Amino acid sequence: MSGAATLPATAATARPRRNYARRYVWFVVPAAIVVLSVILFPWVFTLFMSAHDWKIGGGHSYVGLDNYRKLFTDDRFLWSMARTLYFTALAVIGPMVLGTIAALVFARNFPLRGLARTVFILPMMATPVAVALVWTMMFHPQLGVLNWLLTQFGLPPSMWIYDANTVIPTLVMVEVWHWTPLVMLIVLGGLASLPVDPYEAAKIDGANAWQAFRHITFPLLMPFLVVALIIRTIDALKAFDTIYVITQGGPGTSSETINIFLYLQGFAYYNMGYASAVVVVFFLIIVSLAGVLLWARNRAKDL
Amino acid sequence: MSEFTRRVALRGAAGLLAAPALVESVGAQQAFDWKRFKGQRVEASLTANPRSSLLIQHQKEFEELTGIRVGAEAIPEQQHRQKFAIEFASGRPSFDVVGISLHVSKRQVGRAKWTTDIRPLLQDPTMTAPDFDFADYGSGPVEYSTQADGRMDTLPEFTDYFILYYNKELLAAKNIAVPKTFDELYTAAKALTDPAKQQYGFVGRGLRNANVTLWASFLLGTQQRDSVSPDMKLLTDTPDAIAATEAYARIMRECGPPGNVGFNWNECQTTFMQGRAAFWIDGVGFAAPLEDKARSRVAGKVGYAVSPAGPAHHHCCLFGTAFGISEQSKVRGAAWYYLQWASGKQNQLRYLTSGAGAPARTSPFRNEEAIASSRFPREFFTTLVESGRIARPGLPEIVPVTEFRDTIGTALTNCIGGADAATELKRATEAFRPVLEQSEKAS
Repeated sequence: MSGAATLPATAATARPRRNYARRYVWFVVPAAIVVLSVILFPWVFTLFMSAHDWKIGGGHSYVGLDNYRKLFTDDRFLWSMARTLYFTALAVIGPMVLGTIAALVFARNFPLRGLARTVFILPMMATPVAVALVWTMMFHPQLGVLNWLLTQFGLPPSMWIYDANTVIPTLVMVEVWHWTPLVMLIVLGGLASLPVDPYEAAKIDGANAWQAFRHITFPLLMPFLVVALIIRTIDALKAFDTIYVITQGGPGTSSETINIFLYLQGFAYYNMGYASAVVVVFFLIIVSLAGVLLWARNRAKDL
Repeated sequence: MSEFTRRVALRGAAGLLAAPALVESVGAQQAFDWKRFKGQRVEASLTANPRSSLLIQHQKEFEELTGIRVGAEAIPEQQHRQKFAIEFASGRPSFDVVGISLHVSKRQVGRAKWTTDIRPLLQDPTMTAPDFDFADYGSGPVEYSTQADGRMDTLPEFTDYFILYYNKELLAAKNIAVPKTFDELYTAAKALTDPAKQQYGFVGRGLRNANVTLWASFLLGTQQRDSVSPDMKLLTDTPDAIAATEAYARIMRECGPPGNVGFNWNECQTTFMQGRAAFWIDGVGFAAPLEDKARSRVAGKVGYAVSPAGPAHHHCCLFGTAFGISEQSKVRGAAWYYLQWASGKQNQLRYLTSGAGAPARTSPFRNEEAIASSRFPREFFTTLVESGRIARPGLPEIVPVTEFRDTIGTALTNCIGGADAATELKRATEAFRPVLEQSEKAS
């Protein structure tokens, strides 16, 4: 009997647990469909196209890795890669340095600081294509306002975007003007969150302003600077709209970055297979760079 | 009470004699059923330009005449070419009618058979209005709209000739005559160049891709004339091509404003409008902004002449646009009606008199009344007529025409900078040859 008496309790503990996961899995389906259709499928299809000689308005045939082989022997692509790195380096360093300086200035109290900050971040709010069109007019070597300004100061006129040697620094100038405010905002946020105690201790120890910046502000700001660096690097690598509107990759091919090359291959020459191979290579470059920067960010956190 | 004079009698007799013709004409017009596709909707994908603006502005006329609704969109040229190609390739284009640049997309559209052959529609009296008058189209535009296999898969809309614009004031100041040859043009431009005053003898397209259209003007004057032979062999590194390139690069380098390697038509237009250049060779559509007093400092002082002659031939570059009807369209009848209206005599006359471009039809050029009341000088119209007589396609009829323009255009840009023409053209030709060969193999 005792066995019978204990039976209900045993039955209660042994009651089979409901497998809720099996029911809940259906809730995941809509999101999974979206992810598969808008992220995974385009990627798989891009890889598929990159293994084909695929032309819009023509047929397509399997060519294996030929597009990739062609890519790494294509001078135009290799030059576009070098130009992209050159442009990216300048378009990251410029806003980083100027944005940090601007943040240090705007962190201080001075009259009309709010107004000055607002004016400073206005370029960031402008549409890139509109910005590019306005700059294009200003760059006109004979009729542009920039050369007029230079001549007012007794300086010789510049060829700006109309010369192969000055086109990339000029495009970087537009990029710096446009995106320095973003870096400034990130760094300003970082500065606002810094503790006051280390500065008081440094003051007592007799540290000057530079020493306080070098040994307190800069290390504490590092995580914010790395975030700004990652965002700027990825943005600069992807830069397309301003370059396309202002120069279309010219003069000649002297401002043809990977994005412009990719756009022309895909949508001007309709070589979708070759363009897909460029996309894959470009994606790998961006992922590698982002990986390096994330690693640097983690290192900065540990410091 | 009016008197029965001899004049009245003659008028009456003439009216009686003309009556059968009038009755027949009216009868034919009445017989044609413009309302046949009433209630349908036609989507038109056009390139953004003054001609499309005119069509969109007046499309209510068509809607009232036919009861067909029109949804027309006009997209900037470069983006439009990509958009329609991708939509056609998808198999389900969103439009029924498409505007096509023949000098860029003719072979691409023809090879893929994206647009319908309009010849059966033209021959069908129930589908084509009796006053449509297909014979009114110039033979050049009709030929341009016809594919190599004889299919006529577009209806001509507009012919763009490269003409010579000149600043009358600058030429008169130095007593320089309008040049008839490219050599004379160089001499005149050189004499009118004064960098100290920021005044230049010649302005023209130097930007990669865009520059090939101007370079072609020089090449058309040589013995070989074309950049691709009839059997689809590249002729871009020949002695004639080198000579044309040297002539082009020389005038751009020595007589053009600094930085012209980055000039497309808009920079050229600005420079010429501000009175900073004496000569400019470009399409006919720029007469309107140049004669606009509110925007142009040279309004009323612009001279028009045909493109100069080369050492062996005298041609001007011909480019053209046309309308096609999508093979996938479910309202092909209504789309054909739209084309008849869009490319009809009235709209073509509007193109000419508004300065939007040279129409593909010939009748507008014979309309003395409209020409006399136009804001453009008679010289402009005579230049167009003369250009029509010497016009020859400025770009080869190949599928990868954009890649051709980019590759050759880069070489031209380098030559303006002082690079050796023979070396640059050889390099560019070798780079483009496999692209052309592969494309032709696919055809």
